Amino acid sequence: MDFLTIIQILDSTIRLATPLLLACLAGLYSERAGIFDIGLEGKMLFAAFFSAAIAYSTGSVWLGLLAGIASSLVLSVVHGLASITFRGNQLISGVAINFLAAGMTVLVAQDWFKQGGRTPSLPDEARFGPITFPFADALENVPILGPIYSELLSGHSLLVYVAFACVPLTWWVLFRTRFGLRLRAVGENPAAVDTAGVSVVGLRYAAVMICGVLCGIAGAYLATALQAGFVKDMTAGRGFIALAALIFAKWRPWYALSATLLFGFLQAIALRYQNIELGNFVIPVQFMDILPYILTVVILAGFVGRAIPPRAGGEPYVKER
Amino acid sequence: MTAPAIELKGISKAFGPVQANKDISISVQPGTIHGIIGENGAGKSTLMSILYGFYKADAGEIFIKGQKTLIPDSQAAISAGIGMVFQHFKLVENFTVLENIILGAEDGRLLRPSLAKARKELKHLAEEYELNVDPDALIENLSVGHQQRVEILKALYRQADILILDEPTGVLTPAEADQLFRILDRLREEGKTIILITHKLREIMEITDTVSVMRRGQMTATVKTSDTSPQELAELMVGRKVLLRVDKKPATPGEVVLEVENLRVIDDKGVERVKGIDLTVRAGEIVGIAGVAGNGQSELLEVLGGFAEGTGTIRMNGTEIPLSGLGADGQARREAGICHVPEDRQREGLIMDYTAWENTVFGYHRNPEYQSGILMDNAAIQTEAEAKMERFDVRPPDPKLAAKNFSGGNQQKIVLAREIERNPDLLLVGQPTRGVDIGAIEFIHQQIVNLRDQGKAILLVSVELDEILSLSDRIAVMFDGHIMGERSPDQTDEKELGLMMAGITQEPEGDLAKVVDQQFALQEQEREGEANG
Repeated sequence: MDFLTIIQILDSTIRLATPLLLACLAGLYSERAGIFDIGLEGKMLFAAFFSAAIAYSTGSVWLGLLAGIASSLVLSVVHGLASITFRGNQLISGVAINFLAAGMTVLVAQDWFKQGGRTPSLPDEARFGPITFPFADALENVPILGPIYSELLSGHSLLVYVAFACVPLTWWVLFRTRFGLRLRAVGENPAAVDTAGVSVVGLRYAAVMICGVLCGIAGAYLATALQAGFVKDMTAGRGFIALAALIFAKWRPWYALSATLLFGFLQAIALRYQNIELGNFVIPVQFMDILPYILTVVILAGFVGRAIPPRAGGEPYVKER
Repeated sequence: MTAPAIELKGISKAFGPVQANKDISISVQPGTIHGIIGENGAGKSTLMSILYGFYKADAGEIFIKGQKTLIPDSQAAISAGIGMVFQHFKLVENFTVLENIILGAEDGRLLRPSLAKARKELKHLAEEYELNVDPDALIENLSVGHQQRVEILKALYRQADILILDEPTGVLTPAEADQLFRILDRLREEGKTIILITHKLREIMEITDTVSVMRRGQMTATVKTSDTSPQELAELMVGRKVLLRVDKKPATPGEVVLEVENLRVIDDKGVERVKGIDLTVRAGEIVGIAGVAGNGQSELLEVLGGFAEGTGTIRMNGTEIPLSGLGADGQARREAGICHVPEDRQREGLIMDYTAWENTVFGYHRNPEYQSGILMDNAAIQTEAEAKMERFDVRPPDPKLAAKNFSGGNQQKIVLAREIERNPDLLLVGQPTRGVDIGAIEFIHQQIVNLRDQGKAILLVSVELDEILSLSDRIAVMFDGHIMGERSPDQTDEKELGLMMAGITQEPEGDLAKVVDQQFALQEQEREGEANG
């Protein structure tokens, strides 16, 4: 394997890790505040469809992004109402959101575009194009550092850089601001927040909304940057992989980056090496494709150390007498 | 005369048809400790919740320092200078002391300046009130006594000058309780006003200046503590004469019923909780296990009751019974003549959503007398349940009511009725009167003593020293998985037992409280060591 191949695989890793990272951070905000959200998948799917549909109809990728975020926020409000205001079961609300998104996107797509539940392919101006760093072309031929700069770091869409910038930002918000302290507290012991005179409901809604925004960006990235348009079930379980990564990351932003890069890497490998030959034995392509999912199951089965979730996670807050 | 720190006028609050507070008026002078005493469900907590903005009163007015004040939420209570120390602490366990203290009282959007300010302020408060806590320790690594200090510091940091403490000593060792009282004394000297809610008469007598008694939502009396007696307060609380001491004859121990040798228990986390204990219980005696919660007593009961596994030897009436694997379950234990009143009646003793009659046969529901063909003979069970509830004075005596609809004391009576009526050779009892009213305590204690007088063996585990001292014929003190020693109740006192509960067996020289302090500091270091290693 030569150096350029490695760079290409890593480059692809970054692109594939981006939606996972955004969704993982989305889940991080929500779960740190004590609201479990298995509806990440549904929100991304919703956002993917609406961003593609609006970007196609208006020709503006920015309006597409806004539409994606707005549609994901709608589902966040649904989840918030169900699990915060009406103190329902957070898992059931999440499942419902996933089903709703899976069905609605295809139905509306068929109604609007009549192309079998997909949007037409987006023209380049309705997509997020690559951003080329200054001197990327000039430096391309510098050994080692050149390809790293011009291939690996440069040439991604804006949303990729946004996603990676969200990691230190999230860390800073969680551990250096008043909002972060309260957010973490409300996921651990909402009664402590409540008796301190801070609104539990307000904090939790804020967290769920941030989750919605990040899922919206993730979905828009899928449909308008990674690919050109929406196809049925295009999230392909990424929301669930992001959840696994979140557990793997023990609900910490920097670990979330590593975990999602690992999953992205596996997906990149699967894409690149469709058939690996080991002597006479050919590892089938399906095996490579399922690797990220197998890792998800392994992680969720708890093989990776003890991960302690936020203590009040999944439980609606009821004021005690 | 200065204006009262707090004055309540005609506070009423109803939940549906239940009148939790009815026309309550009190007035508390600044710089005093005012006790509020009453049975569970008397309305103490409701009243304090109204003061802290959890509930809105249906009628009545609140005056703080002479000013009429509305308290719609906790924020308003805090800004009125009211601080509350709840019975169950409202702390974030994996935050540091400092983070817990500033939570909700931060100075700006960024944490760093708030933390720095709190650190300085904390040092100041520690000096002023002798409230020493390491600001960088994680809450989960602190002892319960220190966690409570953090709660008090939280209130003081928010400039509270009226402090409400709800059953503050329920979770403390006697030594920790003494320390708390010293702190409260100090706070009073500094001019703070303290409201102490408790159901323990001794605490009221020890520390308060004035005391109000509540019964069934009403304030029945407010008196100066120096003008009253425990007996009088108990009567005011219950509304009738109460025996504060258990009336019992000397024990006449017979054959050895239970023999425990070198029992060890390792919990799910791999921590050894019981570290090789030997114990015998004879027929016709009550052996009390004293100790601070979490020193292995619970695990001891669980293993004996058959719902945890251990190693060592247990003999029941001379026959060895298995401690793990086949035959080590609750069913086998019951067949061996061991009945068990578990520590946590709501989680282990009852199924809260099931009816009282169903709850009276759990564990014995396979007995032939309850069968009718392949079905259960529900009618027979119900009739029997009604009789049992009658004998154990369960109120209301309605077998069709769900367990959760009974008060704590009556739930406990249901469990006791189920187990005692089996006529066991050995009764295991854990925390029989936790959260139970004085009236019911008297009854429950009497039932346990009656069983003993019928020649049965009883092993009692309780964190209430009063209970251990008044019920037991022999007292064993557990600390850190070991039995520190056995004492006869008439040859020991709270002080000695309290020290043993803290791991000290010999009477130390010098200031007792200081030695205890050091001991706790040592334990804390150990705990931190474990947490870091």
